[in-house]
Amino acid sequence: MLALITDHPLLTALTALLALGLVFGGLLGFASVKFRTEGNPLADQINTLLPQTQCGQCGYPGCRPYAQAIADGDAINKCPPGGQETIDALANLLDVEPEPLDAEHGIEKEPRVAFVREDECIGCTKCIQACPVDAILGAAKQMHTVIADECTGCDLCVEPCPVDCIDMIPRRTGIASWSWSMPSSTESSNIIATDREAA
Amino acid sequence: MLSDYALLLVGAVLVNNFVLVQFLGLCPFMGVSNKLETAIGMSAATTFVLTLASVCSYLTYNYLLIPLDLPYLRTISFILVIAVVVQFTEMVVRKSSPLLHRVLGVYLPLITTNCAVLGVALLNINKAHSFTQSLFYGFGAALGFSLVLVLFSAMRERLAVADVPEPFQGAAIGMITAGLASLAFMGFSGLV
Repeated sequence: MLALITDHPLLTALTALLALGLVFGGLLGFASVKFRTEGNPLADQINTLLPQTQCGQCGYPGCRPYAQAIADGDAINKCPPGGQETIDALANLLDVEPEPLDAEHGIEKEPRVAFVREDECIGCTKCIQACPVDAILGAAKQMHTVIADECTGCDLCVEPCPVDCIDMIPRRTGIASWSWSMPSSTESSNIIATDREAA
Repeated sequence: MLSDYALLLVGAVLVNNFVLVQFLGLCPFMGVSNKLETAIGMSAATTFVLTLASVCSYLTYNYLLIPLDLPYLRTISFILVIAVVVQFTEMVVRKSSPLLHRVLGVYLPLITTNCAVLGVALLNINKAHSFTQSLFYGFGAALGFSLVLVLFSAMRERLAVADVPEPFQGAAIGMITAGLASLAFMGFSGLV
C-alpha cells in the first residue's frame, strides 16, 4: 500500500493533501470545542446601554429581550425612554448609522416618576403587579406608594389603576441628576466663525 | 545578523510595503478604513494571521511538500493553511472580543482571500527565506499593512468631515488619498 502510494506521484500528492486536510480539520474541531462561546456576549453589552425601564414600548417584554433582538439584527431605534442618546450609543457600539427614534413606539419624554395620590388609593395592588421593577410598595387594602429612586417612569402602572390615582410627574432635578443643558441648535451654529459666514 | 533582520523588517514595512507599493490586500485597505477603531482591530487580526500563516506555510512547505517532492502543490496547500489559521483566529476573536467580531464582520473571513497573506507565504518560498526570516518577513508585512491601514483610516476620518467637492465625495476621495499615500511610500525605495 505504502509502496503503491510512493510509486505514483499523483497518489502521493492526493494523500498529502488529504492528510493535511485531515490534520487541519482535527485542529479546527479541537479549537471549536476549546473556544466555545456561551450565549451571546454582544447582547450583554447592548443591554448595559439600554435604560432598563423595562417599559416594553419597543414591543419586547423588557430591555434584555430587546437587547437580544438587536444582537440578532433588529432596529436600534425602538426605545423611547432612552431617546436619541441611547440610539447614538447603540449605533456607535454596533458601528451602524444612527437613525431617528421610531415614532411608532412612542416619543422621547423628559424623565418622569410615578406618584400615587395616596388619599384616593383604594389598595387594590393592581399597580404593584404591573410594575416591572417592583418600585411600588403596599399591600391589599393598604395605601400604596412609589419608591421614587426605583421608579423608571415607564407608565405601566397608570393604565391598571381603577381609580386613576397615579400621576406621572417630572423628575425633580437634585444635585445628583443635574447637568448642563445642551446648547440650542441656533446657538451652536454660531460657535464656528465659518458657519456664521455661510449662514 | 541582527541588522539583517532589521533590514528585512524595514524592507517589508516601508520599502516594499505590501499595500501601497506592491498593491496586495487592497480590499480590506479600502473596505475597513472608515473608522479608526475598526481599522486597528482589523490590523491586529491581520497581523496575527499573517505572522502565523507565514510560519505555518513555511513549515508545511519545508517539512511536507519538499520531502514528498511535491513543490507544485504549494499554492493550494498554502490556501488550506491560511483558511485554517483564519478560522482559528475567528474562533479566538469571537471568544475574546465579541464586539470586534461583529465590527469586523465579513472582513474577518475575508482575511482568507487577502492576497497579502498568500503573497507573503509564496514570497517566502521564492526568496528562500529561513524559518526566522519567514517569521520576520511575515511580521514585517503585517506591520506595514497595519501602519498603512491605521494611517489611512485616520485620514479618512478627517476626510469625512472635510469640505470635499461633491463629485469627489466618498470612495473617490479615498482612492485619490490612497494614490497619494502610495506615491509617498514609493519615496522609501532606496532606503535599504
